[in-house]
Amino acid sequence: MANSLFEEKLGSNDFLVTTEVGPPKSVDVTETIHHIKLLKDKVDAINITDHQSSVMRFPSIGGCLLVKELDGEPILQMTCRDRNRLALQAELLLAYSRGITNVLCLTGDSVDVGDHKDAKPVFDLDSVQLLRMIRTLESGVDMGGNELGAAPKFCIGTSVHPEADFIEPQLIKFDKKVAAGAQFFQTQGIFDLASLRRFMQYASQFDVKILAGIIVLSSAGMARYMNKNVPGIIIGQSLIDEMATVEKGKGLEKGIEIAARFIKTIKEENLCHGVHIMAVGNESIVPDILEAAELVRASR
Amino acid sequence: MIVAEQKPLEDIIRMISPYERVLILGCGTCMTVCDAGGESEVAFLRNALQLAQTRSGEVNHTFSEHTVKRQCDPEFLEVLDEKAADVDVILSLGCGIGVQAIAERLPDMPVLPGVNTSFMGMTKESGVWDERCAACGECRLEDTAGICPITRCTKGILNGPCAGVKNGKCEANKDMDCAWILIYQRLERLQQLDRMRRYYPPRNFRAIPRPRRIMSKVEIAAGESDG
Repeated sequence: MANSLFEEKLGSNDFLVTTEVGPPKSVDVTETIHHIKLLKDKVDAINITDHQSSVMRFPSIGGCLLVKELDGEPILQMTCRDRNRLALQAELLLAYSRGITNVLCLTGDSVDVGDHKDAKPVFDLDSVQLLRMIRTLESGVDMGGNELGAAPKFCIGTSVHPEADFIEPQLIKFDKKVAAGAQFFQTQGIFDLASLRRFMQYASQFDVKILAGIIVLSSAGMARYMNKNVPGIIIGQSLIDEMATVEKGKGLEKGIEIAARFIKTIKEENLCHGVHIMAVGNESIVPDILEAAELVRASR
Repeated sequence: MIVAEQKPLEDIIRMISPYERVLILGCGTCMTVCDAGGESEVAFLRNALQLAQTRSGEVNHTFSEHTVKRQCDPEFLEVLDEKAADVDVILSLGCGIGVQAIAERLPDMPVLPGVNTSFMGMTKESGVWDERCAACGECRLEDTAGICPITRCTKGILNGPCAGVKNGKCEANKDMDCAWILIYQRLERLQQLDRMRRYYPPRNFRAIPRPRRIMSKVEIAAGESDG
């Protein structure tokens, strides 16, 4: 039996669609609830980000609890930046006990890119070690070798960077993540389908599902900003030029059009197994992208 | 070697303010090499403090200076027993270890740190020092082509680069090379890429319970044979 609804879908041949919701820097989660309600029946799972870009916010596990309360399918994003192995394991026990069984294992952005630059970076584990740790918990023991009263079962994924400018070391790490038990990959933002094609020529030999990361641009300025400031993002000049063709205020419409075009091509050419849409603060436009990409489905 | 930077003059002036007779004590080893606290820095600091005192119009301090070969070695601190008799405070330009060695030697003498001890590193070029070792207690340079990921990767991760690398540089500092790209390139050159493909388990932090102590194995062996 599958460990989650999402794991069941990973086993199908469906074109998978996930998206993400970033929790607020607030105790008011009204908008987060609104976004979850808006998206939960339109996608296969919703990632809740874990202090993305190292900016302190409402926690990922809290957002996942909201998704569960609202009868959605959450993916718990878990980075190694802020918790040592005790805290990570404890949070996984909590997650499982509350029915949160999809986990995306990430190393996490550097503290230096965030809003608490003086904080102690933890990184007791890295993403590969985190994946393995989850498999260890599932075997009924913790990392200290102590028996658990009852063991959890998770569906685990991680990320990969097909557009990295030094791709070979990233592919070595990809292999290690597959060997560690990763079942699905949500890629870093794809801005050049040629690099996705090249990556899939390599990745398709493995029995894992690849969801292409789609970041929705809202202006040429945002694209340039991301190029400069967001770890790993490499947006080509032609895409920036295309964003720059539209008049002020129409950038997001253009971004939706580009995202939908990418998604349609990926689906039509069967490039990979699905997409992971990252609207970065514009969660409410995800339904428009799905519509433009002709991915609207009957409620699940 | 240990690399340090001298504290700002205003911090040093504030620290010495309660004391009249100040001995500025240099260190002839690492602090001399990294230009933070050798004989010439001691003389320079003494002049700077004297000048600052003259300019302020209030003469509160008298200064003396001395530099020992190594502040971290009790053998070289014996000279302090005599020198300390004539002063109220020792301003050490040794690293944090030197300051503590003096405190252990002279229970009644206040000792102040004149430098901020930064890291263990090497001279990259004249006037530039780079961190190279984190003293993790479990050296793995054999597997990483002689390039330390614990020290040189901002996250200290063991299984390859994160996704934040761009143009071979680190996401935390765009002027800093990604350690894992350097490791990959050198392992490839050495035809040892299989080492990067291996899985490395989480670090054992019991290798560094603080404070650490190392006992000479030669002495232990000698002790055993004596017994």
